[in-house]
Amino acid sequence: MALIRLISLTVLICLALPAWSAGIELREFDDPVTEQRYRDLTASMRCPLCENQAIDDSDAPISADMRDRVYQLLNAGQSDTEIIHHMVQRFGDYVLYNPRLERRTYLLWGLPVGLLMVTGLVVALIVRARRHASTKALTSDEQARLKALIERKEAP
Amino acid sequence: MLMRILPEIGHFALIIALLMAVVQAVLPLAGAATRRPLWMAYAQPMATGQFVFVLLAYGCLTASYLMDDFSVVNVANNANSLLPWYYKLSAVWGNHEGSVLLWSLMLAGWGCVAAWWSRHLPRDMLARVLGVLGLISAGFLLFMLLTSNPFERHLLDIPADGADLNPLLQDIGLIVHPPMLYMGYVGFSVVFAFAIAALLGGRLDAAWTRWARPWTNAAWAFLTVGIALGSWWAYYELGWGGWWFWDPVENASLLPWLTGTALMHSLAVTEKRGSFKSWTVLLAIATFSLSLMGTFLVRSGVLTSVHAFANDPSRGLFILVLLAVTVTLSLVVFALRAPRVSHKVGFNWLSRDALLLINNGLLITMTMTVLLGTLYPLILDSLGLGKISVGPPYFNTLFVPLTVITCLFMGLGPAARWKTTSPGELLRRLWLAGLAALVLGALIPLVYRGEWNLWVTLGLSAALWIVLSLVRDLFDKLLHRRSVWAGLRALSLAYWGMVLGHLGVAVTIIGATVVSHYAVERNVRMSPDTRVEVAGYQFTLTELTDRRGPNYLADAAVIEVQRGDSQRRFLMQPEKRLYLATGMPMTQVALRPGLFRDLYVAMGEDLGDGSWAMRIQYKPFVRWLWLGGLLMALGAVLAVADKRYRQVRPARLAQEGKA
Amino acid sequence: MTRRLLLLLLPVMFLGLALFFYVRLSEDPTGRDSALMARDFPAFEATTLKDDQRRVDQSLLTGEVTLVNVWGEWCPACRQEMPQLLSLADRGIRLVGINYRDTREKGQAFLDEFGDPFAINIFDPEGELGFELGVIGAPETFLVDAEGVIRYHHKGYVSPEDVQGRLLPEVAKWR
Repeated sequence: MALIRLISLTVLICLALPAWSAGIELREFDDPVTEQRYRDLTASMRCPLCENQAIDDSDAPISADMRDRVYQLLNAGQSDTEIIHHMVQRFGDYVLYNPRLERRTYLLWGLPVGLLMVTGLVVALIVRARRHASTKALTSDEQARLKALIERKEAP
Repeated sequence: MLMRILPEIGHFALIIALLMAVVQAVLPLAGAATRRPLWMAYAQPMATGQFVFVLLAYGCLTASYLMDDFSVVNVANNANSLLPWYYKLSAVWGNHEGSVLLWSLMLAGWGCVAAWWSRHLPRDMLARVLGVLGLISAGFLLFMLLTSNPFERHLLDIPADGADLNPLLQDIGLIVHPPMLYMGYVGFSVVFAFAIAALLGGRLDAAWTRWARPWTNAAWAFLTVGIALGSWWAYYELGWGGWWFWDPVENASLLPWLTGTALMHSLAVTEKRGSFKSWTVLLAIATFSLSLMGTFLVRSGVLTSVHAFANDPSRGLFILVLLAVTVTLSLVVFALRAPRVSHKVGFNWLSRDALLLINNGLLITMTMTVLLGTLYPLILDSLGLGKISVGPPYFNTLFVPLTVITCLFMGLGPAARWKTTSPGELLRRLWLAGLAALVLGALIPLVYRGEWNLWVTLGLSAALWIVLSLVRDLFDKLLHRRSVWAGLRALSLAYWGMVLGHLGVAVTIIGATVVSHYAVERNVRMSPDTRVEVAGYQFTLTELTDRRGPNYLADAAVIEVQRGDSQRRFLMQPEKRLYLATGMPMTQVALRPGLFRDLYVAMGEDLGDGSWAMRIQYKPFVRWLWLGGLLMALGAVLAVADKRYRQVRPARLAQEGKA
Repeated sequence: MTRRLLLLLLPVMFLGLALFFYVRLSEDPTGRDSALMARDFPAFEATTLKDDQRRVDQSLLTGEVTLVNVWGEWCPACRQEMPQLLSLADRGIRLVGINYRDTREKGQAFLDEFGDPFAINIFDPEGELGFELGVIGAPETFLVDAEGVIRYHHKGYVSPEDVQGRLLPEVAKWR
């Protein structure tokens, strides 16, 4: 099912892009922790131009700009939260792959947890009800049929 | 002459196939309802005929591709005279219209196999099964003929050459990935047809589950392989080494996989114990419905995804109507015909029944989570609450704990007995496996990396728990036999299928855990004779060259790789290609696969002074991801081969005896 | 009987989902709102396209309702929307251009060829101001009110219909 369109048709019609620059960037980091933070941040931000790609694996110019900015802010000593805020201020919540917990996302984060609890409750109720149910697996009618089946099978 | 009207022959064959599908749907269903054997007898020949004509149409389109007939719009848009012949074959389904044709071909194929394989079924059951399949076929054929005709011609201005296949799709992964995935999606339509037929005929008995199980396993095996291949393809073709992106299109394939997994387990309970009948039928309906919904989401333009097809609202609307009619009708049939009083089969807290129930609950929770995360941004947007994105961090946060919980129960399931198991016995049998899994899981990161990591420990412990409890179970089963060999032979294929399937899950989890936490990636500048060390391997650039492929030009690098001080060296040759017809640049990565690690080199851009940017990656255990998928699929196939599914005849005799 | 009625809720719920999908069919999933709506035009300092000695800043955008258009010589849709921008300027609306990721020569040549509706053009060769505005490509058009607050955002090509149906009413609203 994997027909890739790096840029949607709609974007091509309405928005043009500056010259294409595919990117493997050579960056120096002060320490491995900063490097890991850079990777995590760029992997969790969405390219605002592409169909559905993180800025760390998108060739779009805006992604390159955003990576540059993340790198600069990291070197300027900003925290992850500050960097995320910086991007949201400019590009909106749309660029966050990890939606922040706020009123409109309560359901998004809460429902799976709620579902898990409901599932547990339903399972518990079913087992409680079934514990005292008849332990006979088949009705007499079904047993007769099963017997017939077995006899037929064994016959010739 | 005949060659020139091939597209018209194909088009005509589709129309005939549509008519046959309509007959296959209407007459047998009406015949089964009114007990007319003659009407029911239409089912088999029509199913066969439909398959023959769709195959003919498919052959015609393939021939047009092979002959470079650019008067056919579909060929002109998706092929090029320079394209190698094998990519011409796969280009047939590398586009929307062709892939719907492939989908229809598989649907007709499954129907045809069902018609002949299941000819021992009671006549009305078979008529209903094929009737339902005919309805689905008719829907898709109509969809193709009305909105997505692959045989459309350029009447004027026939292009001299084609626009070429998207370079990303010129690859072995794409040759095999979509057909496997479609086989899975479409395969669940047979299970769905069995479910609806059983509801209509009021025949929701143990025999029904026995008929449905092999089809479920087969479809599930294809879907598993399809998903694994898609992940593998993305890994090496997209050039970044990622293997799962939680993209809406991936999610669309994961949804039926999750409910299909639940269905396999629920069928086991229903067959062995006769309980949860309605639930099993509902899962069968849900699995196929989710396959259809995935098709809608991918082809309608409702979602933004890197994988989506070029969209057209009229197509989206047609599939939506098809989806709505199919699902609503089947749910209404379910509501009206589901067994009125289900027989309450008793079982205790600690029993295989209860554990399988928990398994189903967890799988459904996962399904709903994926569905919620995929649709939530759309819902907010429609409510005017702004645009947000839900991506990998969200899904990982929720899926990792859910998977670990599931693994906990997966270890218990095979060891527990039906109905009831004494906690003492279970504890006695499994304490060692549990302890060993925890200790090993905690020690391995320390030994491997010298640093403890909670997530690695969780993942490894979960996987080891599955493996070790299986080993213990096997050991117990062999203990009381005269010899190990006799013991092994006494175990059924269905049991081995379960073992392989669960082992596959463990292997995939190990792969995912290790590669997620211990992969190494470095971007470097390389000029001839530059030497770089990554994860104990020395990479030396020896040569930069130009290459010319059949339909592209490439800059290529030759890199010599050596591990530590060992004398063994090998070459890796990444390329940066420019496809001539589309002008698209593409990164062709160099991969050195291995069971315990992959080396991965991608070429970036020319930095001017004779040096190039390169991305070198070390990916430990990444192969285990897909190896696990293959093991799971193999397990499902083994279980199908179990001898109890081959004995269909007595069931029919019994039915006739009863009638 | 109640159980059957409860089960009939399933198809009803599914139809609800299908209806939602139907609504979504006519909506563009790629659309993205500007994060700067109802916020001050970002502070900046830059030179103009015509004069590399003249420094301008955000005070350029206060005092009068202004349409800020982000454009570049490399962008085909920018060419196509020039007649619409010229007609807006003819109606006495103040337009300020941001020459985005371009060179002075190319930008000037573009204006010479297609006409110049802009009171002034801010020169943004590295796309720094564009980044502050959350611009992801060109063209994009912002409406800034007399206090320098961003009030409306149009992503992509401005068609003659957009001028009549969207931009003119918005300008009238904030004047």
